[in-house]
Amino acid sequence: MITTSELRETFLIAVAALRANVLRSGLTTLGVVIGIVTVTLMGTAINGLNNAFQKSIATLGSDTLFIQRFAWFSNDDWRVVRNRRPMTMQNARDVERMATLAAAVSVESNFGGTVTYDKKKARGVWIMGNTDRSIDVRGLSIAKGRWFSPAEISSARNVCVLGNYLAERFFPNQSPLGHRVKVNEIQYEVVGVIDKMGTFFTGFNMDNQIVIPVTRFEGDFQERPDYQIIVKVKDVTRLDDAEEELRGIMRKLRRIEPGLPDDFAINRQEAFLNFFRAVGGTIAAVGLFITSLSLFVGGIGIMNIMFVSVAERTKEIGIRKAIGAKRRSILLQFLVEAALITLFAGILGILVAWPLTLVINQFMAAQMSWWLVAIALLVSVLTGVIAGFIPAWRASNLDPVEALRAE
Amino acid sequence: MGSEVVHALRGVSLDIGKGEYVAIMGPSGSGKSTLMNLLGCLDTPSEGEFLLNDKNVATLNDNQLAEIRNREIGFVFQSFNLLPRSDALHNVELPLIYSGVAKGERREMARSALAHVGLENRMHHRPNELSGGQRQRVAIARALVNNPSIVLADEPTGNLDSRTGEEILALFDQLSRKGNTIIVVTHEEEVALHARRVIRLRDGLIAVDELNIRYRTAPTVGGGISPPPIA
Repeated sequence: MITTSELRETFLIAVAALRANVLRSGLTTLGVVIGIVTVTLMGTAINGLNNAFQKSIATLGSDTLFIQRFAWFSNDDWRVVRNRRPMTMQNARDVERMATLAAAVSVESNFGGTVTYDKKKARGVWIMGNTDRSIDVRGLSIAKGRWFSPAEISSARNVCVLGNYLAERFFPNQSPLGHRVKVNEIQYEVVGVIDKMGTFFTGFNMDNQIVIPVTRFEGDFQERPDYQIIVKVKDVTRLDDAEEELRGIMRKLRRIEPGLPDDFAINRQEAFLNFFRAVGGTIAAVGLFITSLSLFVGGIGIMNIMFVSVAERTKEIGIRKAIGAKRRSILLQFLVEAALITLFAGILGILVAWPLTLVINQFMAAQMSWWLVAIALLVSVLTGVIAGFIPAWRASNLDPVEALRAE
Repeated sequence: MGSEVVHALRGVSLDIGKGEYVAIMGPSGSGKSTLMNLLGCLDTPSEGEFLLNDKNVATLNDNQLAEIRNREIGFVFQSFNLLPRSDALHNVELPLIYSGVAKGERREMARSALAHVGLENRMHHRPNELSGGQRQRVAIARALVNNPSIVLADEPTGNLDSRTGEEILALFDQLSRKGNTIIVVTHEEEVALHARRVIRLRDGLIAVDELNIRYRTAPTVGGGISPPPIA
């Protein structure tokens, strides 16, 4: 057994040895410092990405299916899929009528355009065509005014609901309700304002939007708008069943012969989730590679310096052995020394990474968590123990007679 | 490397009793370092046995040897072999640290050992702040602190001037009178004169094993061992 007094002695020796060689120890730690900086930044980035993603993905809704022409993140051959027929309004109406597992169905279309009010002009606004059901399907909430009525949709009234950012921009000190804004030279009366939604994790500002009845799209902007049919299912546990039902309905509506592939796609939140996992995985893989490479190089440096330390202190090892230090005492002494060097490197790495995460935080919500700090320190200590093992082992096995003879 | 086997010691057989003061002498290459390493349990014989307090040391492993050295042997080296970065007190404490004596008790024992060699006011000096004689006293205090069975000194005065050397030898005399077993390895006749018994090695063999001249001149009664004279 190693007694507490011996452990204390071990620490004192290690600290004294480090203090005697501050510069040398400091220089050797560089590789480990870089490794710890990478591992911390990587963890922080993945963490931040995760948070942002979780927040954004909620806006898609886990109980929602998106019937569209194209699949998200698919590897479909573009030459094959580009000629797919657009979704039609009639498709949407039929789906709504036929789908038994759907709680609500809405049709959407969108494009980017310019919105003006008075002399103010907003470019690159997300112009959405929605129905009266979209408020439920999209899970929106209204800050001021109201959402569209079914009558407004069916009669394609010139009404609109503003995103929070756009409302603040055009009407900083007054209520926008009742005012008229222009989208592509056509006037729409503001009937409501959506609550603040925030930013999608891609950096897209979801509050910079204007919603108009989707029934206006065809006449006002596009000859044949590309609609997407959005289905909120009754029971999220039966999402697969609902998807199968919708697939059957769509194939029937679009008259696809059995055996031929779908000419539409049914997307869901999961596609984003998978894409995100792939991105996160890539970051982790690259980060892990850099981390392990620099920790390996750093570890070699530590091993080297520990060999030097053992060689320099051969006499001391001899003395300690002569007066009763056992192998494990010597082994522990040098392991603790190596671990302290790398622990110091770990702390240094965290001190370097800390301001960097603050910089990253400007772009995305990135926070260095306590468990990340704990892992980084654990990794650095482990590096020291592994790198220091061979030198320490060699020290512990020195013959006391030989060691005493050293100068 | 040569494949010839060199026997540093051959057929050496000796017995050292408790409380004896023995000098081991011999020219370089005579095997006295080897004998000293064996007696100090720094090494084990390739053949034969070494009984220390009736325990055969030859069969022990590294860790057991370390324990024996810690408890039973107190080393005094020619070059003092103190830890340069530690003060006198810590140097003396070291054997107690390895035997697991608690801090308070350890401090006390180390202090009293230093006081014993007359260094009570040099406890917090590092070796480079002490004279050669003082360093050797620290080393002696370190050797004694665990109350060992043997104090083993290897040329203890080799790095000291003759006057300081005499002081150290006087300290050994004093320890001997208190009942400590002392073995001194030396090639200096003046040093050996302090011992009661002299063992002379030559080519790995014991050439002479006799009482010191001073003791031979003293009359012995009934073959018993007379107490050493008070110097």
